[in-house]
Amino acid sequence: MDNTVRKVYADNAATTAVSDEVLQAMLPFFKEVYGNPSSLYELGQQAKAPLEEARAATAACLGAKPNEIYFTSCGSESDNWAIKGAARAQRRKHGKPHIITSAFEHHAVLHTCQALEREGFTVTYLPVHKDGLVRVEELEAAITENTALVTIMYANNEIGTIQPIPEIGQVCKAHGVLFHTDAVQAIGNVHIDVKAQNIDMLSLSGHKIHAPKGVGALYIRSGVAVDNFMDGGAQERGRRAGTENVAEIVGLATAIQRATDTIDQRVARLTPMRDRLIDGVLKIERSRLNGSREHRLPGNVSFCFQGVEGESLLLMLDMKGISASSGSACTSGSLDPSHVLLSIGLPHEVAHGSLRLSFGDYNTEEDVDYILGVLPQIIDRLRNMSPLWDAIKTGSVNYDPYM
Amino acid sequence: MAYSEKVMDHFANPRNVGEMQDFSGVGEVGNPKCGDIMRMYIKVEGDVITDVSFMTFGCGAAIATSSMATELIKGKTIGEALKLTNKAVMEALDGLPPVKVHCSVLAEQAIKAAVSDYYQRQGIDPTPIVGEIPACEECGCEI
Repeated sequence: MDNTVRKVYADNAATTAVSDEVLQAMLPFFKEVYGNPSSLYELGQQAKAPLEEARAATAACLGAKPNEIYFTSCGSESDNWAIKGAARAQRRKHGKPHIITSAFEHHAVLHTCQALEREGFTVTYLPVHKDGLVRVEELEAAITENTALVTIMYANNEIGTIQPIPEIGQVCKAHGVLFHTDAVQAIGNVHIDVKAQNIDMLSLSGHKIHAPKGVGALYIRSGVAVDNFMDGGAQERGRRAGTENVAEIVGLATAIQRATDTIDQRVARLTPMRDRLIDGVLKIERSRLNGSREHRLPGNVSFCFQGVEGESLLLMLDMKGISASSGSACTSGSLDPSHVLLSIGLPHEVAHGSLRLSFGDYNTEEDVDYILGVLPQIIDRLRNMSPLWDAIKTGSVNYDPYM
Repeated sequence: MAYSEKVMDHFANPRNVGEMQDFSGVGEVGNPKCGDIMRMYIKVEGDVITDVSFMTFGCGAAIATSSMATELIKGKTIGEALKLTNKAVMEALDGLPPVKVHCSVLAEQAIKAAVSDYYQRQGIDPTPIVGEIPACEECGCEI
């Protein structure tokens, strides 16, 4: 590996670096203010106050009340808790065993729904259209008197498309159905107001917004019945036991305030970079942008390249110092391509050749230049050794209708 | 999942890569739906494989196993090439992650497919010599 190459981190949808501001905010809670927030003496109460300030700050970023915020260990935990907790409570209290979600949710949602199917729930997986969006009217048509819960992600992690969340919230409210959204990718990129958008539960994660890994939060609107996540002590209003991870919770609150205070600046800075990247990459022959260009996170793009396999593309980018990801299943240890790319109607043959580039606050225009300089050469190199590309060029297979 | 240094070397600097014009036999295995296709060209003089090259669409392991397989059969007799197992390819690469074992199987099959084609071009039925080449063995994907 050549260590002199430029380093470009273009996988901010996977995780982000902890910011200096967040790190500094956390440091006192490791060795100085290390008390247990449940302890009555001063050292404990010194930790309790910042914990509650973090709760209030996180709530304010979402338009929620402090007592509606529960800190968790990650976005996946928040999704599990919201969906299982609400679905089970709804079935027990109201006899409603039906859940609606979409085909391209994060696995934290999809696998949770599948687990509930094994408990006897029925789940409707709404189709996702070519543009990477669910249709509100299809959602509404899927609601029955047995529907307990709708869970639709705010923005898709793999292709970056932003769902019509306020409209979905409106429909759910009108039908008296609970609405949960996984907003892990949306925080800091989209203005979120849980009250105005009729969101009953919302999952978020710290490490996507420059807080550390290992902390997340779940908003549960007051009055919504959700079974406890973890039984034990009285932490998190008795609903999620376990001594609070004070340092990281303070880090999360610091990060979410920064992320939500600077949404407009972030969108204004990243959108032109993203669009220049899209325009540049689409100059590559037989390439496509996955999902709507318009309803898209400012820093998230996903492409497919005919005749190229995603993992080898990632490895070659890595050799050039670029960290990116692929929907390619090879990387995740299964041989099927991304369920997200299949859900938007791509055949396996095209979905295998995917690349996701996701930008954040630390990326620059020079990163775009560098990627645009390196990527076409890599695609060329891989295509030159690809018998599939050979078949595409000679016309014996044709994937152009999917481009 | 991490690749050995040898896998990364063969991926980054694949040996014997590219199309061959004056080949004696060519075989292709895998399919695009599974995400890997290997095409192997051989040039045979007497019963010796004097030249070999490959083209591969696939992951890092698919490219590396193709490359290693070409190195292992170049200059060998057809009989020796047919004895090359996927295990030998893996061992030569200092191992593969379990989910990538099927790539080495493809490499073994690609050689057999190229030899079969060579025999067919000679008017010889390859099946008694090479055996059946199963389609997409161990891939496990839904076709």
